[in-house]
Amino acid sequence: MQLLARRDATLALIIAALVAAIVWRAPVFASAGNLDTVLNDGAILTIMALAQMHALVTRGVDLSVGAVMALSGMLAALLSRAHPELPALLAMGVAAGSGLLLGAANGALIAGLAMPPIVVTLGTMSVYRGLVFVISGGAWVNAHELGAGFLRFPHERLLGLTWLTWIGVLVVAVCYLSLHHRRAGRELYALGGNPAAARYLGIDVARRELGVYSITGALAGLCGYLWVARYAVAYTETALGFEMQTIAACVIGGVSIRGGRGGVVGCLLGATFLVVLFNALPVIDVSPFWQMAISGATILVAVALNARGERRRSPSGRAGRTSIARGAPTAAAGAKAT
Amino acid sequence: MIAAEDEAKGRVQAESMVPPAKSEQPARAEASRARAGLFGRWEVVLVLLLVAVCAGNTWASPYFLDAQNLLDSTQSFSEKALMALGMALIIIGRDIDLSVAAIVALCGTAIGWLATQGVGTAGLVVASVASGTVLGMFNGALVARLGLPAIVVTIGTMSLFRGISFVALGDGAYTAFPEGFDALGQGYLFGVIPHELLVLVVFAAAFYVLLHHTRIGRRLYAYGQNPDAARYSGIAVEAHRFWFFTLNGSMSGLAAALLTSRIGAARPNMASGWDLEVIAIVVLGGVGIGGGSGRMSGVILAVFVMGLLTFGLGLSNVPGIILNIIVGALLVASVALPAVLKKVASHRDGARS
Repeated sequence: MQLLARRDATLALIIAALVAAIVWRAPVFASAGNLDTVLNDGAILTIMALAQMHALVTRGVDLSVGAVMALSGMLAALLSRAHPELPALLAMGVAAGSGLLLGAANGALIAGLAMPPIVVTLGTMSVYRGLVFVISGGAWVNAHELGAGFLRFPHERLLGLTWLTWIGVLVVAVCYLSLHHRRAGRELYALGGNPAAARYLGIDVARRELGVYSITGALAGLCGYLWVARYAVAYTETALGFEMQTIAACVIGGVSIRGGRGGVVGCLLGATFLVVLFNALPVIDVSPFWQMAISGATILVAVALNARGERRRSPSGRAGRTSIARGAPTAAAGAKAT
Repeated sequence: MIAAEDEAKGRVQAESMVPPAKSEQPARAEASRARAGLFGRWEVVLVLLLVAVCAGNTWASPYFLDAQNLLDSTQSFSEKALMALGMALIIIGRDIDLSVAAIVALCGTAIGWLATQGVGTAGLVVASVASGTVLGMFNGALVARLGLPAIVVTIGTMSLFRGISFVALGDGAYTAFPEGFDALGQGYLFGVIPHELLVLVVFAAAFYVLLHHTRIGRRLYAYGQNPDAARYSGIAVEAHRFWFFTLNGSMSGLAAALLTSRIGAARPNMASGWDLEVIAIVVLGGVGIGGGSGRMSGVILAVFVMGLLTFGLGLSNVPGIILNIIVGALLVASVALPAVLKKVASHRDGARS
């Protein structure tokens, strides 16, 4: 835990230095308007990175989050188009609820049939994305077709911050409490650290896994509405490839892809780092075409640093080597992680 | 013709896919391994599926069952098939490579640029395979030498490689290629057999022998099943992983040359979403994502199931995105069905005893 805290502090310093450098080059970055954009973008990525962290901590992954966002967002948009007078909160509820069901379907396959999460969510990613096309007929739902309340809600302000930002803050707080101060959260870490040991401890693994993928689905549904309302359009390619960014934010934030390690604070910092970086590129006149290459390089650097940290911790100095990609880090490695 | 249609299909899922890594609990790895046993051989299921696909397509479109048409159709999936051969070895070895489509894009961009510098057809092919090899080595070094998780590394290099391609080309494209280069992806042997199919047959045979009839193949299964045991029995696991990533890069480089030749252009967004499709083919072919299981024959059958399904639905004017649903459902079903049957079977056994 202490080590994680030190890692978080380092990352926070790096972000501070990055922001300072950007503001020095382009003071406009620190303008109220731009900070607002950063916060709004950051809220969605942070929520989804936290969702993804739930899956990663249990040694799983959810590749379908981007598709769930698109599908739930489209459902909410179609509802708003048919009944523009309905309150925004109802649309949000429909999006989150549908996301919950889609995520639970993933969870049922993963927990109920003991299928590998990567295969299940790879498959449902395709299926859900295709369903967006089916329910929308391939057409876009544009701003003028959506209800005024539907579009306004995320941008309305409370104490100077948008609701979008507040929802992000709320999700961070709830995740922090549930993952770090509740039994359910600790069980997820135990499960990811050493699944076999978790079973012997009496942890209901299937129930926890079902819960994890339901949560990632519900949060993806919620963000689907937020995304559609924020960008005022719903179409088949909404949030295409977003799952990659959520995983990148987690890895940069110190969440281990091998399960059992990672915290809410790190995850928040990882998402912040990416959002600051992406928003800075146009401000400092870097072609947006660089964005992809830079985020790729960042992921590689982050994962290399993570591995160095992990290796230094383990006495044998080989933690990173003995457990290969999907190789079960044997009992010994699992014990080290906890 | 087919080429244009294939590229125009507007595949959506794009570079997104990703994968991770679940450290397989033994039960889970076993479930995927048990697949073969349940049906006798998984290949039998695939053959039945292939027959069903052909029957369905013949019923849906009068143009499907035509020898030349079918031969031509192989062009539309030969590149993916070549990539699936390499990917199968990667997955049997418990790794995963999400960067293959990005390697295709970067190699395509590289030879597109070389073509503008006056390099000839042979030079372009060599350059494409060589760049793919180098990119594969980069993955391999990070995964095997530095011991980083394959899934994260290849998510990173997926963005990095395609990103470099975008930096070089922006939203432009290279479309000028030397005379004769198009024969690679569009030409025929004796005017009948597409060159791409020939390349595929040669490599499929080579990979079959490599996996099932050499010591390297046996070592791959050994460390895919149990890396620790393999290490203790003296197999140089990390060296094998490095070279399999390298080989996978070479195959993507080869696919890049063929694809660039077939569509006559190199763009940064070429082959986007192929990583998912290639992995789906391999998993459908009976290779367990937990490593150590699967056969080349299954993968090759899955190539044709998926390829002819796509081709036939295209003939029937089914939009590309609907194909996504079918492919995704097929992927989940191919792993879920055996798991369900096994559950039912164990229930029955439990009741009896």
